Amino acid sequence: MVTVETKPAVKPKQPMRENGPYWEKFEQFAKIAEDPAWVRVARRAGISHFVELGFPTLQDEDWRFTNVAPIAKLPFKRVLEPARDGVTAQAPGHFTFAGLAGSKLVFVDGHFAPEFSSTAKLPEGVKVTSLAEAIAKEPAPVEKHLFRYARSDASAFTALNTAFFKDGAFIYVPAGQTVPEPIQLLYVSTAKEDGATVHVRNLIVAERSSQVTIVESYVSLSDAAYFTNSVTELVVGDNAVVEHLKLQDESHRAFHIAAVAAHFGRASNVVTHSIALGAKLSRTNIHAHLAGEGLECILNGLYLTRGEQLADHYMIVEHAQPRCASHEYFNGILADKSKGVFHGRILVRPGAQKTDAKQTNKNLLLSDDATANSKPQLEIYANDVTCTHGATIGQLNDESIFYLRARGIGLETARRMLIHAFAGEIIDRVRCTPVREELDKLVWNRLELNEKVTVNK
Amino acid sequence: MTHPILAIQNLSAGVEGRQILKGINLVIRPGEVHAVMGPNGSGKSTLASILAGRDGYNITGGEVIYCGKDLLELASEDRAREGVFLAFQYPVEIPGVNSTYFLKAAYNEIRKHHGQPELDAMEFLTFVKEKMKILNVPEDFLKRPVNHGFSGGEKKRNEIFQMAVLEPKLAILDETDSGLDIDALKIVATGVNRLKRPDNAQLVITHYQRLLNFIVPDYVHVLMDGRIVRTGGKELALELEENGYESILHGAAVPA
Repeated sequence: MVTVETKPAVKPKQPMRENGPYWEKFEQFAKIAEDPAWVRVARRAGISHFVELGFPTLQDEDWRFTNVAPIAKLPFKRVLEPARDGVTAQAPGHFTFAGLAGSKLVFVDGHFAPEFSSTAKLPEGVKVTSLAEAIAKEPAPVEKHLFRYARSDASAFTALNTAFFKDGAFIYVPAGQTVPEPIQLLYVSTAKEDGATVHVRNLIVAERSSQVTIVESYVSLSDAAYFTNSVTELVVGDNAVVEHLKLQDESHRAFHIAAVAAHFGRASNVVTHSIALGAKLSRTNIHAHLAGEGLECILNGLYLTRGEQLADHYMIVEHAQPRCASHEYFNGILADKSKGVFHGRILVRPGAQKTDAKQTNKNLLLSDDATANSKPQLEIYANDVTCTHGATIGQLNDESIFYLRARGIGLETARRMLIHAFAGEIIDRVRCTPVREELDKLVWNRLELNEKVTVNK
Repeated sequence: MTHPILAIQNLSAGVEGRQILKGINLVIRPGEVHAVMGPNGSGKSTLASILAGRDGYNITGGEVIYCGKDLLELASEDRAREGVFLAFQYPVEIPGVNSTYFLKAAYNEIRKHHGQPELDAMEFLTFVKEKMKILNVPEDFLKRPVNHGFSGGEKKRNEIFQMAVLEPKLAILDETDSGLDIDALKIVATGVNRLKRPDNAQLVITHYQRLLNFIVPDYVHVLMDGRIVRTGGKELALELEENGYESILHGAAVPA
């Protein structure tokens, strides 16, 4: 078993006995799980880290704007059996990105649903499969990477995921291969009861000089207060080109916590997108480890909230090697009494000279009751770097509205155009055209809903 | 005698209690080009802004009749739909709004207003490409977001291009020449001259006489401290260039 480091910052937040049920559930789960030894070890370390760490509280600096107490209070019900009755063969076709060509893996309540999945003809050696299946059948490439990047000792939610995950996607692109069409991962929740919990675990490995686009979407056929806790480990080899998009479009009562733990190799070129539209409370933690020299990455994100939704993004961009460029662009459009949180930490390690790190977080408030919290954080241990950050929180620009009106465009249309444009800045960075077009449609429709809510006030 | 396109009568206006325009009188008839010149702070841009309907000004007196209508009663979008066009002194960058989409929306709003059917994407593209040819506008103007990342010269040129597409009855050019090098200035002026027709009019607001070498006005008005202190032909601009605004104040009588 892995020993647990106890640091002041990660002291138990909750008495052990409250986490007792998690231990018990874990022991029950461990009995039935048919895992190889290396997975069992990781799971056990996960549960002990979780019990040690406890759910974060508002006293935690990294969680001060986002209260996860409602998640801690949920009756913890792992979804052991997928409820297939709510899902028909057509259902996955209703979700965004249904029109995409290429391979698709569908998971229903965290369980792989081969009947809805399809793998297109893939280049030699490319694997698009269920993680559980890969662990069972050909564990070597999985074992090399799984659990290495998303660490249980650093996050209670990752620890919980590691202890309890059932399945997720395993994507492997061998060196030099290009997957021409985007690979789509669709996670559908059909949860009937509050507290239903699904831990999704994904591993994506793009080896040296490979190229691939992956779209992860979390959607729902349910309106229960379920909980999705996903972890994606994204490993990008030297000189590889990867685009990764995560769409969070969960039910409006749901809780969604996700980690994207990314490791980028030398001279790689990566763009990740995080789009948060749904859930009552969502938090996406992105940790990008720039582990090779001269690489370029863009971390791009958009959150739209209304009602009493909260969307939180917590980013760590870790420059560990020289001559890397990282650009973060996050825009939020917040209506009603909703809240957007952005926490962007740029960490430049000693020796990471010529780092070029930029961070922008812009928030558009459509109502007086909406809140945006933006917290940049620069930690620089090298002396020849360019790091910039900027955050704005504001209303629509009057001068832009006047410009549009002076061309004959009515006030309401002008407002709508500018709101769409604000989202469009982010959407335009999606490189894969069919993905961008579908996303654009989805966001457009969602904004129209927002408009109705805000304009009629 | 033809009806004026614009008749400004004794217009007074200010902002936050400060009086800026102190009784402007100006009549513009079809086919005419009027230049309004004046030093900084004379009220030139305020006049342009009020005509286009920018918020934030208090009209304290007078009226503005545009093609027989009370212009000041109209919302800014309705003024545009009725044919008033303001070429902005500082065109606004609107990242995320595609230029073609924006122009088509504006153009169709104007058509709808006049009871004409809207153009679809293909029809509009054919129409707009014709305009681009006339003005020698590079094709990528259409593909980029509105004014986003444009140089100062490109922005001004884009204003004139929009003017060509929207075919206004009254074009107000607010210091379109400021900050342009001579080549950009020629391009902009040539564009404006090509758009001149017997049934429309242009109000050219400028700080420098230089623009009027290329856009030849029928009338030049000198605006100082919120009043038109002198009106003359194009030679007045040259006089100003030579002797400066001060000479006007001291040497000439204020027209009635």
